[in-house]
Amino acid sequence: MPRTFTPKVVTANALLEGDAVWLTEANTWTRDISEAELMTDEAHADLRLLEAQSRADEIAGAYLADAKAGEAGPEPTHFRETFRTRGPSNYAHGKQVELS
Amino acid sequence: MYSYNDFDEAFVHSRVAQFRGQVERRIDGSLTEDEFKPLRLMNGLYLQLHAYMLRVAVPYGTLSVDQMRKLAYIADRWDKGYGHFTTRQNIQYNWPKLQDVPDMLEALADVGMHAIQTSGNTIRNVTADHFAGAAADEIEDPRAIAELLRQWSTDHPEFQFLPRKFKIAVTGAAHDRAVTKAHDIGLRMVRNDAGEPGFEVIVGGGLGRTPMVGKVLRDFLPKVDLLPYCEAIVSVYNLLGRRDNKYKARIKITVHENGLEKIQELVEERFATIRDGFSGHDQDLLAEIETAFAPPAFTTKSTDGYEAARLANPAFRSWTDTNLAAHKADGYAIVSISIKKHGATPGDATSDQMRVMADLAEQYSHGELRISHEQNVILPHVHKADLAKVYATLREADLATANIGLASDIIACPGMDYCALATARSIPIAQDIATRFDELKIEHEIGQLKIKISGCINACGHHHVGHIGILGLDRAGVENYQITLGGDGTETTTIGERAGPGFSADEIVPAIERLVTGYLGLRSDAEETFLQTYRRLGMEPFKAILYPAEDKANAA
Repeated sequence: MPRTFTPKVVTANALLEGDAVWLTEANTWTRDISEAELMTDEAHADLRLLEAQSRADEIAGAYLADAKAGEAGPEPTHFRETFRTRGPSNYAHGKQVELS
Repeated sequence: MYSYNDFDEAFVHSRVAQFRGQVERRIDGSLTEDEFKPLRLMNGLYLQLHAYMLRVAVPYGTLSVDQMRKLAYIADRWDKGYGHFTTRQNIQYNWPKLQDVPDMLEALADVGMHAIQTSGNTIRNVTADHFAGAAADEIEDPRAIAELLRQWSTDHPEFQFLPRKFKIAVTGAAHDRAVTKAHDIGLRMVRNDAGEPGFEVIVGGGLGRTPMVGKVLRDFLPKVDLLPYCEAIVSVYNLLGRRDNKYKARIKITVHENGLEKIQELVEERFATIRDGFSGHDQDLLAEIETAFAPPAFTTKSTDGYEAARLANPAFRSWTDTNLAAHKADGYAIVSISIKKHGATPGDATSDQMRVMADLAEQYSHGELRISHEQNVILPHVHKADLAKVYATLREADLATANIGLASDIIACPGMDYCALATARSIPIAQDIATRFDELKIEHEIGQLKIKISGCINACGHHHVGHIGILGLDRAGVENYQITLGGDGTETTTIGERAGPGFSADEIVPAIERLVTGYLGLRSDAEETFLQTYRRLGMEPFKAILYPAEDKANAA
């Protein structure tokens, strides 16, 4: 039996600001994970990652992160990825204030 | 203090110009991230969870007034108005934008600072006793040697691609405040039988995944041989160190796998080969550097006002009890400014606070500041007659917390709030522990206690040498915190012992509270510190306190 593939999003750090961004279906980078493309097919995910990695003048360090479908769109499943969606816990800095 | 000469200035400015070009080529896409990464790391620029991070070297922890003011300026101009002082006496900016970094480096270069070799597999910032030049128990100020090592190691062509990073610490005092036994090379100044100062050379210490206490390579090395001897050590390591496995690449593993004797033999052989090549030029340079570290012109004045202020103001008295250390000059004290206000982020200072500390240094500390590896700021030379004024100013700037060496004076790495390598958060745990002990109002009763927290196995938070060490891990997708006990980072360096299973983020603060209040019932008297009690009784009674249910189950 083929192993089940955990759904993924392509994520990276923006080249200039260095903050977390996610790849959308429209091939843009979003700062809101709920707008990201959630991929349930492994081959497709690998291809999207390669495409993302080729965009060297926009981002750095692209990788596939586990995610799940939520009400508003993709949501992180691991606490590290959750922190990336909002920023540090000691100050109101980063996405938790910039997105709202 | 050492000031850059024309050579230093030209070198640092030319590196900034090179890096400016590299950043431009990265932004226009002509350099890929893989190509750019080693270049940015050589200049102290990391890419973290939420942003870039610029790590600026504070050589041997010494800052001038102008340098501290520039750090404040950089925080305001290109970051979010604060900086983070680290366990290697550096300062980190957590929010720089890539295109601004060359300007930040240019601003640093203007005050004789840089971020070169604060990352990468090179010789890193040389750290020193933060009381250097001031401590009563010091043989000599070790900073001249540290500066010589900085000049020698910066851009040293043989040592730009070592098997792994390489850290050197130096102390001139009997009491080791520089954690020399947990460094790749630790240099501890000692006197020989003839009374001449030289160094005990310690090699192969380190924390991280495989913690090791450094071993003595040479009991006594004459000062004159220091540079060729250090070069011999790094040279032997450069050839012998493993490049096949990142986790076995540090010199501690090289020493462990080859044995101290073999390393001694190779180092002595290499030393004999290269020693003559140094031909005294290094000693001329050292003599020049030493004049830059001549002690300031200490003054003599009455300390009557100080004693009266202590009697009149209990809060001031409490602060002087915890935050002062003995100075070598009559009438002077070393002031530790706590960057650990209860509930605040350990090591974070705002730009306003940096400016206040710079002003105080200018007015009351002969123009000098120090950064400690314990993430506090030191005013090294304050006359006791001025302490009440210094304290009053610190209070206004929210910098007068009287907790140096106490339970809330916690070392914590940035952890998963910032660091891309972290496996769990450190900062909120430190904040919660400090807040809790402040609520309980017992930290003065507890006395000397070093709690150190790392957010991953790499141990930037020195948890292995904390009396209580906390290591944050990812256990099946949940933050989990392991406790180690009995660690010590001084001249009697000891690696802490793991107490047992880890605790969840919700359980760790109550566990630490249980441990510390339990210690109060175990100690022989109020003078016996946590570490002494642990050494006397061993792990078992502490384990019983930490895991009460398990204890009952075992007894049943």
